[in-house]
Amino acid sequence: MLETRALRSAYGRIEVLHGIDLVVREGETVALVGANGAGKTTLMRALAGVQPVCGGEAWFRGRALARVPAWRRVGLGLAHVPEGRQIFCDLTVEDNLRLGAWATDRTHVAEGLAEAYQMFPVLGEKRRLPAGGLSGGQQQMLALARALMARPVCLLLDEPSMGLAPALIDEIFDVIAGLARRGLTVVLVEQNAAVALSVADRAYVLENGVITLEGAASDLVKDDRVRAAYLGI
Amino acid sequence: MAEFLQFLFSGLTVGAVYALVALGFTLIHNASGVVNFAQGEFVMLGGMITVFAAQAGLPLAVAAGVAIGVTALVGVALYRLAIAPAGSASVVSIIIITMGASLFLRGTAQSVFDKQIHRFPAFSGETPITIGGATLMPQSLWVLGGAAVVFVALHRFLAHTLPGKAVLATASNKLAAQLVGINTHAVLLLAFGLSAAIGAVAGVLITPLTMTTADMGVSVALKGFAAAMLGGMGIPVGAIVGGLGLGLIEAFTAGYLSSAYKEATAFLVILVVLVLMPRGLFGPKDVERV
Repeated sequence: MLETRALRSAYGRIEVLHGIDLVVREGETVALVGANGAGKTTLMRALAGVQPVCGGEAWFRGRALARVPAWRRVGLGLAHVPEGRQIFCDLTVEDNLRLGAWATDRTHVAEGLAEAYQMFPVLGEKRRLPAGGLSGGQQQMLALARALMARPVCLLLDEPSMGLAPALIDEIFDVIAGLARRGLTVVLVEQNAAVALSVADRAYVLENGVITLEGAASDLVKDDRVRAAYLGI
Repeated sequence: MAEFLQFLFSGLTVGAVYALVALGFTLIHNASGVVNFAQGEFVMLGGMITVFAAQAGLPLAVAAGVAIGVTALVGVALYRLAIAPAGSASVVSIIIITMGASLFLRGTAQSVFDKQIHRFPAFSGETPITIGGATLMPQSLWVLGGAAVVFVALHRFLAHTLPGKAVLATASNKLAAQLVGINTHAVLLLAFGLSAAIGAVAGVLITPLTMTTADMGVSVALKGFAAAMLGGMGIPVGAIVGGLGLGLIEAFTAGYLSSAYKEATAFLVILVVLVLMPRGLFGPKDVERV
């Protein structure tokens, strides 16, 4: 479904991704685990098309992504929930969701809204309020629900648990696990490696812009290096 | 009383033009964060193109339509040829580019058209209407009505249509706008085109009253900028109130004090606003913390 080969990316002259080979198969949940600054977010942004790529290739559903601008990738079925939520603070909750369906043919907007409010009832209660007034957890729910409005086949999730209370983290991850069960392909970047590995089928460990380890999530949980470095065990 | 009404009428008329210019500033500022100092040239182009298209034999209404259309294309070209290539340059650099574009448009207009003063006939005759001893030109009603129609149409577009909300979304968070699939380049093209068209409408409406020349854009841009600052940059209602407010301040200053001070009022307003309420009358009250 999603594949990269020798993907490189840089901020100015400083290269932060040194040739990433990544394969995500249809229906899989794949976690990217790594320390701060390892390049996880950069990789996600490159896949979404908002970070320039300076080498290598990427494909989504067999289509080369190099010349596809970010705004067209949504229409292809690749949705990105960026780090730090990035909602439209000045617009209402419902307008945020409606704009989430911007790239689609918009025949499913009413249905999508109903699903979003069923998934996160608090968004339904606050649908006429400016999104900037939501709490951090509610903004994360909105960012996720907005991405789902585009009816993606593959979801790139960057740090969905950042800054959230433990109860909310559980709620968000229940939703993510539910989406994965329904067949959505998910690529998940998560600081909290234990949570990430518990929902993922497979995982990649990223260190200083290169992939150092990959495998089934259940195997990585048992890997001594992963346990020492990321699980704190 | 007659005197007061007279100042009121002229202040509102000229204020409506400032309001339209301020609205143009607001639209581009909202979508891109840039203050477009070529905004006054759009007003000039609206008037000048109408003059020369009418001289070429087109009926006035058609000439005005041509002027508004051509000016909108100039706005699109400004973005496409001068702003977009600057890419992620800082806002200050882009503001300087718009100043250069303003000089370029003015110079081009002087050579393509001429340096003379022009006007064309008012839309509904030149017979003044007398109200309470003061006279009101029918064209003033066109100016006020035109400003009202543009404002309501723009407000409806931004607040009640999804493409309008896509413009607001681009202004609010460009990254997120791209990530929901909005072509932010297209949104900016639209903002520049629309903003240029609004400027041209102002130029078409006011020319029968104040006449036009190729170099009228500078002072109009300055007044429109002062109006936008007064109302709060980026706030459509603020643009309207700021424009009308500045027009009234100017008219009453010229009437009751001295017309020598008229041109200075815009500068005074900018200074007072910057010192006392930098976010303008309708700006958000909270102060950004760094």
